[in-house]
Amino acid sequence: MSTAVAKSAKKLKTREEGKPNILLTVLLIIGCLTVLFPLYMTIVIALKSPSEMTNDVAGALSFPSSLSFSNFSEAMRVTDFWNSLLNSFLITGLTIGLSLVLHSLAGYSIGRSMGGNKAFKFIYFYIVSGMFVPFAILMMPLVKETAILQIDNMLGVILLYVVFYMPMNVMLYCGYLKNIPQAMEEAAEIDGASTWTTYWRIIFPMMSPMHATVAILTALGTWNDVMTPLVIMSGSEHTTLPLAQLNFQTQFGTNYNLAFASYLLALIPILIFYIICQKSIIGGIANGAVKG
Amino acid sequence: MSAQIRKPMSKRMKTHIGMVLPALILFIAFNTIPLITGAFYSFTNYRGYGSYDMVGLRNFIDLFQDSRVGSSYLFTFKYAICGTILVNVISLVLALGLNSRIRFKSALRGIYFLPNILSGLIVGYIFSFLFTYIIPAAGTALGWKALSNSILASESWAWVGVLIVGVWQSVAMNTIIYISGLQTIPADVYEASSIDGANPWQTFQKLTLPLLLPFVSTNLILSTKNMLMVFDQIMSLTKGGPAQSTESISYLIYRNGMDGGQFGFQSANAVVFFVVIVTVSVIQLRLTSKKEEQL
Repeated sequence: MSTAVAKSAKKLKTREEGKPNILLTVLLIIGCLTVLFPLYMTIVIALKSPSEMTNDVAGALSFPSSLSFSNFSEAMRVTDFWNSLLNSFLITGLTIGLSLVLHSLAGYSIGRSMGGNKAFKFIYFYIVSGMFVPFAILMMPLVKETAILQIDNMLGVILLYVVFYMPMNVMLYCGYLKNIPQAMEEAAEIDGASTWTTYWRIIFPMMSPMHATVAILTALGTWNDVMTPLVIMSGSEHTTLPLAQLNFQTQFGTNYNLAFASYLLALIPILIFYIICQKSIIGGIANGAVKG
Repeated sequence: MSAQIRKPMSKRMKTHIGMVLPALILFIAFNTIPLITGAFYSFTNYRGYGSYDMVGLRNFIDLFQDSRVGSSYLFTFKYAICGTILVNVISLVLALGLNSRIRFKSALRGIYFLPNILSGLIVGYIFSFLFTYIIPAAGTALGWKALSNSILASESWAWVGVLIVGVWQSVAMNTIIYISGLQTIPADVYEASSIDGANPWQTFQKLTLPLLLPFVSTNLILSTKNMLMVFDQIMSLTKGGPAQSTESISYLIYRNGMDGGQFGFQSANAVVFFVVIVTVSVIQLRLTSKKEEQL
């Protein structure tokens, strides 16, 4: 018995102080190449002038002899980069703002009322089941509907995103609310605060870890989405960053350096965002997975 | 007495109703109403413009005899099944690796998560260049005949190209979910198993996997659903070709419903697609929750 204890103590020690597994580290670093290689290729081709692109592998993948930034200025001109960037920012930003307010309100009222109220329980399942409705079935009717309501523009896209992300976000907020004891609100209400003030003063700030998760998940989804703006905004002259890449495919032609400069430009904003907030993005998503 | 309790309750209830109402109205307007209109159009011969007639179940009967629709279902399921298996196996292995004692842990996690934040469309364009130019050029240089042509141009292999891109992007998200699952397993469970003399494979099979099961089911349902709805990669890699061999259900509905004058017919297709997705999700939920109960 005493040997077993000693053995387990030894094991415990090796677990905590053990050396990092070098072989595994090397394998994982090699595996990274599958992720980094396509990005390396994008950067190298974007920085090259078309004359350097020969027909062999080296021509495409070698490091450019001189950095050519003219691809970028040309790509910005062709795709109207700053306008599409602004549109993407507007759509993503407003979607996040509306989602944080409307979804957390809905999540709160549903989460607190569905225990004793059948109507709220129904609303919960009604909204969450929206997760299984594919965009394909909504697409054609939504094109008609947004045209009739005259929101076949950015506003329409924003409202649609608020609806598309509602099932997931309401579920996340409802789940998170279980961690917040109801005693808080009861105490505030005894002090004479209304439900509305209690919510904004106490509950909304307490849900901030979930706000981060919701904001990140919604942001990644809306920033990269092509299908919704493609079908809804096709009538207007506005585009988003990914949609511009689709619309200007024919103008890029066989000038791959121009095309890749444009792809890189479109990827840079989210890459910067990711480099700055990597920890909170990964943490936020992990948080959503555990709570959801 | 009960009236006294009820009164403040009802005031609170009023606020709660006010809180849920804006979201609920939007949801009805942009989810339920289009869902119902879509279902309605599936019984018509509407072309997207002009007048139309009710045609009863005609569209649904035609749907099952339409070879293009049939092959789009075949492609989508082939893609979703292979993709879900590959994604989950790769991301589970990666998560185990990234969760063990390694150097540069957070940097490696950061890199492996990168594909998830990138636009599927742009990733598709980048891989399209890779498949069309780089790999054939490398294949020719190495003298490998099999690689010397673009797989995206091959009717029988283009779907593998789409699959590679889909998997490349989806692995990231599932890996993070598996890692957060692994972190919920307390360390003393592993200590107990090592005291009992279990080897690593036994530990994984008897301990890690069962404890991870809720996350496995989340991941399976998530990736199946996402893979069944594949669209962006098709748009940038193959546009459904060659010879419609990579036409996914979503892509076909978009292509022929929006521009092809098949609004009614493709609405019927979308209704069937909706039913298929719900059925697949419910079956997966049932199966995994049964497994979880057994433990």
